[in-house]
Amino acid sequence: MDIGFEPRIIAFLCQWCGYQGADMAGTSRLKYPPSIVSIQVPCSGRIETKQVLEALSKSDGVLIAGCHTPNDCHYVSGNFKCLKRVTLLKKFLKQVGINPARIRLEWISATEGRKFARVAREFTNEIKELGPFDFNGKSSQEIKAKQDSKLRLKEMGGKENE
Amino acid sequence: MNELAERVKEISDQNVYSCYLCGNCSAGCMFTDEMDTLPHQVIALVQMEDKDALEKNTSWICASCFVCSVRCPRGLDVAAIMEALREIKIRERGFRKIDLRKIKDIEKLPQIAITAAAQKFTW
Amino acid sequence: MSALTAHRERPTKEKIGVFVCHCGRNIATTVDTKRVVEEILKHPAVVHAEDYDYVCSSPGQELIEKAIKEKRLTGFIVAACSPSLHETTFREVAERTGLNPYKCEIANIREQDSWVHEDKEKATEKAIKLTKSAVEKVIRNEELEPIKVGLYKKALVIGGGIAGIRAALDIADAGFPVVLVEKGSTIGGHMAKLAETFPTLDCASCILTPLMSAVAHHSNIRLLTLSEIMDVEGYLGNFHVRIKKNPRYVDPEKCNLCNDCVDICPVTVSSEFDEGLSLRKAIYIPFPQAVPSSYLIDLDACLGMNPITCGKCAEPDICGPEAVNFDDQTEIIEEDIGVIVVATGYELYNPENIGEYGADKYLDVITSLQFERLLSPSGPAVGIPKRPSDEKIPKRIAFIHCVGSRDERHQPYCSHICCTYSAKHALLFKELVPDADIYSFYIDIRAVGKNYEDFIRRVQEEAGVHYIRGKVSRIYEQDGKVKIFGVDTLLNKRIEIEVDMAVLALSMVPAHGIEDLASKMRIQIDGSGFLQELHPKLHPVESATSGIFLAGAAQSPKDIQDTVAQASAAASKALGILTQEKISHIPTVATVDTDLCSGCRLCISVCPYGAIKLIDEKAEVKEVLCEGCGACVSTCPSDAISLRNHTDEQVSSMLKALVGEI
Repeated sequence: MDIGFEPRIIAFLCQWCGYQGADMAGTSRLKYPPSIVSIQVPCSGRIETKQVLEALSKSDGVLIAGCHTPNDCHYVSGNFKCLKRVTLLKKFLKQVGINPARIRLEWISATEGRKFARVAREFTNEIKELGPFDFNGKSSQEIKAKQDSKLRLKEMGGKENE
Repeated sequence: MNELAERVKEISDQNVYSCYLCGNCSAGCMFTDEMDTLPHQVIALVQMEDKDALEKNTSWICASCFVCSVRCPRGLDVAAIMEALREIKIRERGFRKIDLRKIKDIEKLPQIAITAAAQKFTW
Repeated sequence: MSALTAHRERPTKEKIGVFVCHCGRNIATTVDTKRVVEEILKHPAVVHAEDYDYVCSSPGQELIEKAIKEKRLTGFIVAACSPSLHETTFREVAERTGLNPYKCEIANIREQDSWVHEDKEKATEKAIKLTKSAVEKVIRNEELEPIKVGLYKKALVIGGGIAGIRAALDIADAGFPVVLVEKGSTIGGHMAKLAETFPTLDCASCILTPLMSAVAHHSNIRLLTLSEIMDVEGYLGNFHVRIKKNPRYVDPEKCNLCNDCVDICPVTVSSEFDEGLSLRKAIYIPFPQAVPSSYLIDLDACLGMNPITCGKCAEPDICGPEAVNFDDQTEIIEEDIGVIVVATGYELYNPENIGEYGADKYLDVITSLQFERLLSPSGPAVGIPKRPSDEKIPKRIAFIHCVGSRDERHQPYCSHICCTYSAKHALLFKELVPDADIYSFYIDIRAVGKNYEDFIRRVQEEAGVHYIRGKVSRIYEQDGKVKIFGVDTLLNKRIEIEVDMAVLALSMVPAHGIEDLASKMRIQIDGSGFLQELHPKLHPVESATSGIFLAGAAQSPKDIQDTVAQASAAASKALGILTQEKISHIPTVATVDTDLCSGCRLCISVCPYGAIKLIDEKAEVKEVLCEGCGACVSTCPSDAISLRNHTDEQVSSMLKALVGEI
């Protein structure tokens, strides 16, 4: 159902794989909706929960693309760090009543332009179906829960790494 | 994956496409003299979706001694694949249940056939 | 709106220029560049904006230079193609004009905008957002200079096989000192054991021993045998290595190789060099051409210096030069090293793990290296292979391929060389025993290498080997014969044959202790236990840790040709570093705000490079070790660590720009 809603999606792309994959989609002239704007990060392991939440608070969906597990990460294991964090974040979102499908983690290599374009199209359609996301309008409680749990998430994130 | 291989996987949880046809199963099998087709060939037939695989006597001669399963370099449980082929054949006949008392000349049947029939069709 | 006002109020000294590229029609067709210019000029930090056909061209670059000078820009953005294409170009422009290269950023409006979208309106809007976000980043970028560090102009080569020898000689010949560390008592490695080498059938000793002696006499090489790496500290250019040198008990300087000590020694044990097929004494030399050229005492076998028990070899009438020294001690040697080449080689997979082939039970089922020794003119059989059980010359012999290779239960990978060396074995054996019947059980013949296919063909035609396609299921001995259960998958026949001897082409596995060594050096191990290269195609000799290079079978199974090629490649990579006066390192590294650091050590646990250390209960980043991945930044619970030019503040403001809040 197209209700004329153009979702805003922020993509965190790691500089070695995700970003290069998006470039490859461009070089191959594959089309996807302009709803996606990207931000280059050194590694998917650099992406913090609070950054994803901040991005989500300003958009309708967040896409994260890193190097394939297990061995593609340029920095050995950043992709696993990201995987753990996103898995945990999704659980948290579910608990506070936000659809975890608004966050999507994909492994996209530098050669997978086709995959990037497909993911971009799919994700845009998914977000279209979910409808606009109003982080601030929903309830101030949610925001508070977010801030409280931010610390906890970090603690938990720390524990996993030990 | 072809339909036959799909069914074999469903029953045995073995992916026949893992097989690289080295022949280790056939080399170690004690019963190949009785078989019209060697075990690795049967797997090759399944890979090619050749229904002939079900008509060969290989799976019925198989005694499930597991020598092939233990030595398979690709970690395939060849005996389970043979069992799956027996299953498919028996189910093809449309039996829901086999009453062992009604089988004539039961002592002349290969034991493995009776086991296959009894185990899986008495649910 | 609050964000907008806050932003307007922020006093910024930054004067940013923006250059929007048309890229011919590549960008201009889908992006209204004029509008991008108009919109970006509304940004408070932007003092100059213009669009141009090809900003990367010389006139384009001149436009930038002119604007920097006239408008006294403090930084600039090029909205054009992906940064992977021209970021370097434009950062060079910055440097030429006196700006710090990090005050230039690229907005990717081609690959990630004009090429993937069709709606001009929306593509233009996206281009504006992307450009604004780049502006937001650049105004917060620090001016950074590459980190420069000095280096020790000395290399460490670990492993004295053909890979280590080649790498050490290459580096030493180029004029740099090399420390070559070998665990065993002699260099030469497995190659010294080989009879002849495929595909040309050069005698292995003839091509190896000159290199060994070159190592021994090279003024730039310090050879440490019987030595092991204790620990490695430091980083590229500045490693500090501690080496444990075990005692040899014979002074190589004094030993004159008279062999009198061996004659008197009462203890015999099996010879490692001959793969257990012959005996040696407790005082011995592995083989006559060993380097260093000296005997040594195997203290585990030796009866000891106690005159009541033995000590005969040390008596002055036996050892004239008084080379035998029971007081020899373990030595700890410390070295400052610039680069390291790891060439620890391989060993054969333990045949005892493959019970159905019975190599542990049956004397006449032997390994490929044992057969290699039997073929060797200097080996235990003096040239004509005799079977170990009764010393008869075997007439029927079987070669079993893929023993432990390509097998989920053992090693899932292909060992790469067994097909060709088994063919070589067959050919050499046929030359020595012309009436022999030779069977070769294979799964696939993988003879990949220059001239290998010709070699296989030669073996098939000249040696008349019966190649049987099918994996062997079982081997056992009965009545003095080796019985093989196989199958011919091409004829679809089961095969049971009796032979006099079976040779197992066992898979190559990484040398024992490699995990330990790898963890000391913080380099990675792959799923099969071999050393992990940085990139399988583009960085095949580099490890993930800068300054540590890989060579030979430690990285993956390979033949002598590939090993030597990789060793020379590793040496040239090492020389690329050693020839520099200073090493530069990316400056976009992590920094710690010690006031915020709680000393929780989480960052230490996540850093893949061991770049963070706790000093006075505060984390400290060793900048030259940091690769700038940011794992520590995202893990720090106190927000005490940040990544230069990728701070939380930058990400946050970029996000705002991306959603149009700025």
